[in-house]
Amino acid sequence: MAKPDNTSEKSSNALLAWFDARLPVTAFWNNVMTGYYAPKNFNFWYYLGSLALMVLVMQILSGIFLTMHYKPDAEMAFASVEYIMRDVEWGWFIRYLHSTGASFFFIVVYLHMFRALLYGSHRAPRELVWIFGMLIYLALMAEAFMGYVLPWGQMSYWGAQVIINLFGAIPAIGEPLTEWIRGDFFISDATLNRFFALHVIALPLAILGLVMMHLVALRENGSNNPDGIEIKANKDENGIPVDGIPFHPYYTVKDIFGAGFFLMIFAFVIFFWPEAGGLFLEHDNFIPANPLVTPEHIKPVWYFTPYYAILKAVPDKLMGVILMGVSVAILFFLPWLDRSPAKSIRYKGTWYKILLGLFTIAFVRLGMLGMAEGTPAQTIEMRIWTFVYFAFFILMYFISPGGKTKPVPERLTH
Amino acid sequence: MKMKPFAVIFSLAVMLFAIAPAFGAGGGNLQHANINIRDTAATQRGAKLFVNYCMSCHSAGYMRYQRLVDDLGLSEEAVMNNLVFSDAKIGETMDASMRPEDAEKWLGKAPPDLSVISRSRGADWLYTYLLTFYQDESGGWNNQALPNASMPHVMWQMQGIQKPVYATDAEGHEAVDHLVLHQAGLQTPEEYENTVRDLVTFLEYLGEPAQVKRKNVGVWVLLFLAFFTMIAYLLKADYWRDVH
Amino acid sequence: MPTDGVNKKRRRFLVATTSVVGAVGAGFTAVPFIKSWKPSAKAKAVGAPVQVPIDALEPGQILKVQWRGQTIGILRRSEETLGLLSAVDADLRDPESQESDQPAYAQNEGRALREEYLVVNMHCTHLGCIPQMIPEVGAQPFEENWKGGFYCPCHKSKFDLAGRVYKGVPAPANLKIPPYSFLDDSTLIIGVNPEGAV
Repeated sequence: MAKPDNTSEKSSNALLAWFDARLPVTAFWNNVMTGYYAPKNFNFWYYLGSLALMVLVMQILSGIFLTMHYKPDAEMAFASVEYIMRDVEWGWFIRYLHSTGASFFFIVVYLHMFRALLYGSHRAPRELVWIFGMLIYLALMAEAFMGYVLPWGQMSYWGAQVIINLFGAIPAIGEPLTEWIRGDFFISDATLNRFFALHVIALPLAILGLVMMHLVALRENGSNNPDGIEIKANKDENGIPVDGIPFHPYYTVKDIFGAGFFLMIFAFVIFFWPEAGGLFLEHDNFIPANPLVTPEHIKPVWYFTPYYAILKAVPDKLMGVILMGVSVAILFFLPWLDRSPAKSIRYKGTWYKILLGLFTIAFVRLGMLGMAEGTPAQTIEMRIWTFVYFAFFILMYFISPGGKTKPVPERLTH
Repeated sequence: MKMKPFAVIFSLAVMLFAIAPAFGAGGGNLQHANINIRDTAATQRGAKLFVNYCMSCHSAGYMRYQRLVDDLGLSEEAVMNNLVFSDAKIGETMDASMRPEDAEKWLGKAPPDLSVISRSRGADWLYTYLLTFYQDESGGWNNQALPNASMPHVMWQMQGIQKPVYATDAEGHEAVDHLVLHQAGLQTPEEYENTVRDLVTFLEYLGEPAQVKRKNVGVWVLLFLAFFTMIAYLLKADYWRDVH
Repeated sequence: MPTDGVNKKRRRFLVATTSVVGAVGAGFTAVPFIKSWKPSAKAKAVGAPVQVPIDALEPGQILKVQWRGQTIGILRRSEETLGLLSAVDADLRDPESQESDQPAYAQNEGRALREEYLVVNMHCTHLGCIPQMIPEVGAQPFEENWKGGFYCPCHKSKFDLAGRVYKGVPAPANLKIPPYSFLDDSTLIIGVNPEGAV
């Protein structure tokens, strides 16, 4: 391979040279783009990181423009959303961008996390990439929850009611805590206003900071890959991984294609199916919030329903809250729970395929049950899948050290 | 790798199976409205029905009369003469004649604003609701889709009066099994169904006036994105020829 | 990695094409966001033309209405007042209304569609205060030879009874005339030009 010409810190271009003398522009570009060697065998699962970033940018842009017309006041919020949908030019488009983007953010993030489970991207030395990612996930859940309250429909109001009441389950401090969160004795304008502030500025800033840390941590060790082997183990005479290719232009060009394809699906939903059958925009949320009328069936938006099912599976309120919290928290420990010598599913034995398959089915099935009314039969099923969900982590810890593996290759395969 | 594609397909199948019920969650006994949102004539007829029959009590407070001019091909004059019965100006909102305070006094509960009723209930429910008013034993109005609704059958003169036929259900309770036309109205059942269909078409439009434009723009957006993605693919493929 | 001549040309072409199409796409996407800043349907409704009944307006009386956030004055001028307008031309900065903002049909001495009625935007062209109307001819504390007109208390600008600005005052231009027309002899409509007018 020819010696790459991207190792210089400065550019020959005069304008760029002016900046380089004052800011590490070229150095940065070389570091993260042309001089960053990524494994050459990235597949479909590796589009999702850049897609997540793109969705984040879209949410911020559409969110800013929504804030220009939305009124965070209990008396005016619902009407202001309809004002955006009807009276503001192209307001309906900006609104659907934001509501569709919220759901797609979770689709992308869930698939992005699943990739880690497939290929061991969360394992040493990339534990912090995973941890920062988990923190982003938590912040994203809070962001989405608060965002959903803002239209002040029936689901906004009663969803907030249910979730905030969960904090009431905490012994001793529960009641004062819920009152403190609400800023009132019941969910009211005070609650709406503070959720607006958190949703518009506090959490987005936190998310941006965490995303930056996530990327810095990734850059430190470089990406994992579908074979789960370290490409830095095989370098050529110039110190470049033989199975690596510069991120720019190869992955910039690939990610642009990925973005285009993703945008086609995204645009299809926005323009032809924005409600997504009631999944992305729930029917009950087109009824203005009414503290006196409880909807027949309160449920969170689809991306929360797996955890909601785990909550509902437990008969005791406090234990349910705790178990729901543990079901999210346990994900933080994943890098240390998988002790298999092989990182990637490709080289782990059938035991892992079964475990992961069951976990996936459990998560999806729990999500579906979380949306349902909760008949006795459904409650039994929720308990079964909750058990499977936790079994994945526990069994992996015990099986993985000795679990059968196939020989891990030296060089990337495909 | 035989297992991975299988796993992907299997997961996708599971996911589709999981979310399928969410689509059908409309309730079992609804009649199908079969509206065509692009039928401007139907929407216009529906608008007329709405202002004549619904707007004494129900507002469409998020909808401006001006929109009917912009979207339905009506002139400002036509709207002002045929659809505006108050002293509202063309740019103002379609508010009910009855004040909410009076409504609560006279009807017990203020009739809800109908601007987005089609988005919370759906066209099929609204269609069924407007078709299944009947006179029950007390002599008052009742409704199969919304039992004990406090709303009278405002369009009874067109439909006529329906009466219930009871049957014992699975649990041994007496319940309304079906309705029969007891007293004919000015319209035949088929004519009345078309009337209701027009009104529901308007309500569907009222719920999201930008609906038709959204879909029209969407076609162009998808075509453009397909074009862009194709070119981006060619670019990607060219660069990746280098990689082995 | 082989990079021969043909490859480079095709590559450059593809990069250029993708960039151009992408830029066009970005441009199209920007349009709805930019358009969302235009006055909404609500703003247009609130900013709709205002009908003003003028049958009860006596000569020398002024009626004030709000249109698009501006105070519009409708003054019914007597024959006498109209006669006095030309006398002050020499003291005015812009007697022919060449530098000021009015519809074409109001670019005349009386600055009106029908000279009997002055329809004028009451906001002083200096910094927006509403001047007082002092129609009587005679000495005033601020002016010995007051011929009747508008006097702005904020920074002492003076305008005649056609809204034309005097020389030597801070205000740079004549008071603006909004678009208006007569629906009939007893009704004005502010915000709509007469048919055929620009």
